[in-house]
Amino acid sequence: MVKPTGEAAIHARGITRDFQAGQSTIRVLHGIDTEIRAGEMTFVVGESGSGKTTLISIMCGILWPTDGEVKVFGNDIYSLSDSDLVNFRLQNIGFIFQQYNLIPSIDVAANAAVPLIAQGMPIDKARARAKVLLDKLNIGDQADKLPNQLSGGQQQRVAIARALVHEPRLVVCDEPTAALDASSGRRVMDLLREVAVAPDRACIIVTHDNRIFDLADRILVLEDGRVTHDGTDMPHDH
Amino acid sequence: MLWIAIRMLTGDAQKFYGLLFGIAFSTLLITQQLTIFVNLIERGASGVFNAPEAEIWVMDPVSRTTDVKYEMPSTALDEVRSVRGVEWAVPHLRAAASVRTSTGDLEGVAIIGVDDATLIGLPRNMLEGDKNVLSRPDSVIIDDVGVTNMFADGTDPIGQRLELNDQRAVIRGVADSIPAFTSQVVLYTKYTNALNYVPGSRNRLSFVLAGVSEGQDAATVAARIEEQTGLKAETRDEFAQAGIDFIIQNTGIPTNFGITVALGFIVGVAIVGLTFSLFIRDNIKQFGALKAIGVTNSKIVRMVGAQALLVGSVGYALGVLGTAGFMYAFSAVPQFKGFYIPWQIPLVSLVAVVLILALTGWLALRSVLNTEPASVFR
Repeated sequence: MVKPTGEAAIHARGITRDFQAGQSTIRVLHGIDTEIRAGEMTFVVGESGSGKTTLISIMCGILWPTDGEVKVFGNDIYSLSDSDLVNFRLQNIGFIFQQYNLIPSIDVAANAAVPLIAQGMPIDKARARAKVLLDKLNIGDQADKLPNQLSGGQQQRVAIARALVHEPRLVVCDEPTAALDASSGRRVMDLLREVAVAPDRACIIVTHDNRIFDLADRILVLEDGRVTHDGTDMPHDH
Repeated sequence: MLWIAIRMLTGDAQKFYGLLFGIAFSTLLITQQLTIFVNLIERGASGVFNAPEAEIWVMDPVSRTTDVKYEMPSTALDEVRSVRGVEWAVPHLRAAASVRTSTGDLEGVAIIGVDDATLIGLPRNMLEGDKNVLSRPDSVIIDDVGVTNMFADGTDPIGQRLELNDQRAVIRGVADSIPAFTSQVVLYTKYTNALNYVPGSRNRLSFVLAGVSEGQDAATVAARIEEQTGLKAETRDEFAQAGIDFIIQNTGIPTNFGITVALGFIVGVAIVGLTFSLFIRDNIKQFGALKAIGVTNSKIVRMVGAQALLVGSVGYALGVLGTAGFMYAFSAVPQFKGFYIPWQIPLVSLVAVVLILALTGWLALRSVLNTEPASVFR
């Protein structure tokens, strides 16, 4: 178990987000105030439509809030220019998508190396670094295969490698266990805890998979765009 | 990232080859059709090119081309010879006739009467026989297209007898000439022979071919001829262009070829546009993920640009090679004799390919650029 540093990785104040639906405006987030701390695995849970995906999208700089302020490791990310924000994400944030979104026509090592390649690292060097991580994730022997030659669990590991290869300070996972059975899901979560949680790194996991709630260091429960619970366990009524 | 872009494209073999096919087919259609068009209309000037010594063509003022002409009195020859700056001037007769072959078939031919003494008016090279065979009685020289048309069974044309206006004509040579626009059989003979072969009125002189003295400018001398004789005089290049212009203005060829070229462009846009859009749509999640990870829009544009460049360059090369292969394969066919690909045509195709890719790439790119990174979480 990594000891949390207590440092606020994400500091969100008054986060509001509206969406237009025809003539009407729908408020998805209602002035959320929260902090995500480094060294913790924080779960954001809630029913579909509760606003959890919108919240993490805003927290990691890919969706502008209608109102409010988000500081990631002290940087007010929405005051950055577009290009600086994109670069900030590239340097500081790792993403694990529910659908993995691996590029089907490049091999596993290259997929895992995408953030390094995007940073400008030569392909051979980036692949070599990705292979080290793939070895750590026990799929080093699959490095030269294409993603569609791997099982779902193995593809998930490649996605994890891609999220961590550039050593980001914030890792964001969207429903990492949604496509996996119970045992595979727990293995992935154990793996994530092992490789993604570090004293100076925050890890946010969006999920509604109640089979893994016990693995969280902290749980934020969202209901109708508001944080209704913030604690180390799930409230009894969930 | 460009490496990833190229691998994304080539990894989807079906769409990659679909895009290549679209560009290659479009290039082939545009290049090949434009090539045939240009070579075909240049045939409108074949009569001029087949008389290489003539620097100035003198004719009746109403004459327009080597085939659309009005005969002059024979005194025109002396008038031209008297103009300062004219080094030499020779008579030239061009007329249509029907020839009866030894098998009894009737064939429309063009009779060209060249100067008896100098043989000016004959094509530069001979494929069989010598130019001097025309000094023998009743001699004619046939062009190579004529050999194909009249002796398709492989009979040796040399020595074959023909009947022209109840006169005997004997083929004694084969000229290496540029075929006429209509690929009509052409028979060359001496001017005095031609007068017998072609029934006609008092005036029989079609053109006077002239050369200019050393140090004289052909255009200046032509202007002087017009001024002094009242006849029309054009330089070789002007008269060649007049033949080409006549074809363009008086036939539906430019419209027909224009339609085919436009279709080539439209087919290219349709195939490439559809395939490119499908490719982008299939990879929209991956592009969205790349944007979320931190790949800028400008890098995405460069990625799609690299994909378009790869498809464009390979497809274009295949299309131009296909055209070259077509021209090579048909080079033995007399109607295609001398066809070449002017350098401007591949350039035009290249512009068309660039336009196709710019248009389809822009349409495809719009969906990528409009994709919000946050969409990957939905």
